[in-house]
Amino acid sequence: MTVVRNGRVVDPSQGLDGERDILVRDGKVAAIDRPGSFASLRDEETIDATGMLVTPGFIDLHVHLREPGFEWKETVATGSDAAALGGFTTICCMANTNPVNDCAEITRCIIDHARAHGRAHVLPIGSISKKLEGKEMSPLSELARAGCVAFSDDGEPVKDAGLMRRALEWASMLGLTLSCHEEDKSLSCGGCMNESALSTKLGLKGMPKVAEEVMIARDIELARTTGARVHICHVSSGRGVELIRRAKNDGIQISAEVTPHHLMLTEDAVTEYDTNAKMSPPLREAFEVEALRRGLADGTIDAVASDHAPHELDSKRVEFSRATFGIIGLQTSLPILLELERTGVLSLSRAIESITSGPAKVFGLQAGSLRIGQCADLVVLDMGKQWQFSREHCCSKSFNTPFADRLLQGKASSVLLAGKTIVREERFVNGEA
Amino acid sequence: MGNAVRHLLSIEGLTKQHLLRLVNNGREFVEVLQRDLKKVPTLRGKTVINLFLEPSTRTRTSFEIAAKRLSADAVNVSEGGSSIVKGETLLDTALTLQAMAPDILVVRHKESGAAHFLARHLRTTAVVNAGDGMHEHPTQALLDLLTLQQHFAAHNRSLEGLRIAIVGDIRHSRVARSNMWAHALLGNEVRLVGPRTLLPEYFASLPGLRGNISLFHSLQEGIRDVDVVMCLRLQLERQSEFFIPSLEEYSREFGVTRTLLDACAPKAVVLHPGPANRGIEVSSEVLDSPRALMQQQVTFGVAIRMAVLLDAALGGEVEESHQIAGGHAA
Ligand SMILES: [Zn+2]
Repeated sequence: MTVVRNGRVVDPSQGLDGERDILVRDGKVAAIDRPGSFASLRDEETIDATGMLVTPGFIDLHVHLREPGFEWKETVATGSDAAALGGFTTICCMANTNPVNDCAEITRCIIDHARAHGRAHVLPIGSISKKLEGKEMSPLSELARAGCVAFSDDGEPVKDAGLMRRALEWASMLGLTLSCHEEDKSLSCGGCMNESALSTKLGLKGMPKVAEEVMIARDIELARTTGARVHICHVSSGRGVELIRRAKNDGIQISAEVTPHHLMLTEDAVTEYDTNAKMSPPLREAFEVEALRRGLADGTIDAVASDHAPHELDSKRVEFSRATFGIIGLQTSLPILLELERTGVLSLSRAIESITSGPAKVFGLQAGSLRIGQCADLVVLDMGKQWQFSREHCCSKSFNTPFADRLLQGKASSVLLAGKTIVREERFVNGEA
Repeated sequence: MGNAVRHLLSIEGLTKQHLLRLVNNGREFVEVLQRDLKKVPTLRGKTVINLFLEPSTRTRTSFEIAAKRLSADAVNVSEGGSSIVKGETLLDTALTLQAMAPDILVVRHKESGAAHFLARHLRTTAVVNAGDGMHEHPTQALLDLLTLQQHFAAHNRSLEGLRIAIVGDIRHSRVARSNMWAHALLGNEVRLVGPRTLLPEYFASLPGLRGNISLFHSLQEGIRDVDVVMCLRLQLERQSEFFIPSLEEYSREFGVTRTLLDACAPKAVVLHPGPANRGIEVSSEVLDSPRALMQQQVTFGVAIRMAVLLDAALGGEVEESHQIAGGHAA
């Protein structure tokens, strides 16, 4: 039994924002009431959240845990640790491992490792096509039964529209979503940053926005014709947001996510050929950042997802065009969102919603809420905590981040995972870090 | 060596004063090169490593001669001979070279930003960019300026106030980029001329580039009344990437010919960084005429690289051109 006392509880799933005590029993939220309501209880564990924010544990729809196959970059365990210290209790991991998560065996292996480690609910995403080759459909039903919560070929776009259509039809029987990395590689081919005046100046091959937008448009039409659920990964341009906005107005079952880095950084971060500013889709111009922020604020974009993509230093410490794509994000998502809140881009409840009930809805997850009876995943946030993300803070095996020099504010102080306190005062309970 | 290592990574970011100093110092070395004894002891005891990871006989030879004329020890490392083909990373190559403590590393690399990368990782060596991908080729722009300065001096004109057309595959050209920055710095009118596929609109608004830059998709209009036509080499493999329908179509629309020059820019001189595809971006008739300054470009290339090596080796110490050649002749 645990009581989280005196915190300001913000739970957008039930429109709650106020001082509450939360009683956690048997891994579930047992009661929420005015401060002091549970004072008579005995032998309970107490978490003093005075002056802190209490929210549902965060959900990240898009992370790469690199296991199996790339364990030098990240493992299910190290990724879970990064999630926990970042306030994330549920993370959905992409299928581009080696072997690819295109069969039940791999799915179960990931789930087993995550359970044994016990620092996050890890929900695998199965691949849409076998080996991510875009040729044959993965056994989606088998993957769903093994525990996959969605399907994606992230990293590799599904080039074949026919395959995409059939996969949507199949997934719709399972009630599951296809999460789509939208990129027409014949348009972005060989590119390594946003196509712009800056890429032209730097002499780097550009990835035009239209490479993303034509695929968003295609998949909207496929969602329309199949009635299936399409989720647009890491949208990066205003035009992409506009396509999604119109599709939603048309009643199409479409959702979208945006990353913290696309909300906070522009392509200017590349200016000195900084490979920690290289990702796909690439960072865009300031006016696109504005459009993404508006899209998130007005609900066109449903969720913020980190696209946590660990890569070892050697793969980044090379010529820009040869460097790997991607950055880590689990431990910096919260402070970046809070920075958007402080600067008036997002309300606090919208910021929290975008990493709790927003993403839960996208994949239909039973998470991201503190309603009574829900699994007690919750996080206590120290909103005033100022810190810098350094290698020592980083639980991930990799430290490819553009946010290392930034003064961050806001950090998860305590984390409860299914009612069990796993982080207290920013440290793991029963463990190092 | 001075305290601060002075790299030459790009024309972008140079001051006009620094740019002109390099050109003027190059001019001084032109005189040195006209002497019987072409060697000066200026960089005796200094080591220059030419790291050429992309084939280029022309530029490498030019740097090598420049280093030797300055009495520096010059060592060539080329792709075949370096460990890079054995899988060594550019970083490891850089650290290995660093351990040999060269004063200057001249680098040619097929990836943009490679010179910046090396400059970031080499603490005590000055890096000179001899061409990085599509980004910049600063010594080419400098030798082009020197060539133009020498030519127009004979007509009582200076480097400033020129109207220049850069023609061809601008998109992939580091030569075009370096020249744009250089001429913008001098306040010259820069016209970029090429098909839309090879001249994206972004060139009209490169961040930080202020000046009189305009884009033309018609060769005739683009070169009308210019003082200089700079032809760029068309990389023949571009055909397979859909940038041009065919070589014939390209050369019909964008090949520089005598007829066209006579009609549109009768007084213009023609530059080409070489090697030229005769009959494609420029006709032989033009290249073999006196208005083509390709030979001068090669000759002045050595002089300008001497000026650049000196600038890099001595950092901020050499500001005045008369310190170079006057009295130093061996
Ligand atoms: Zn992706």
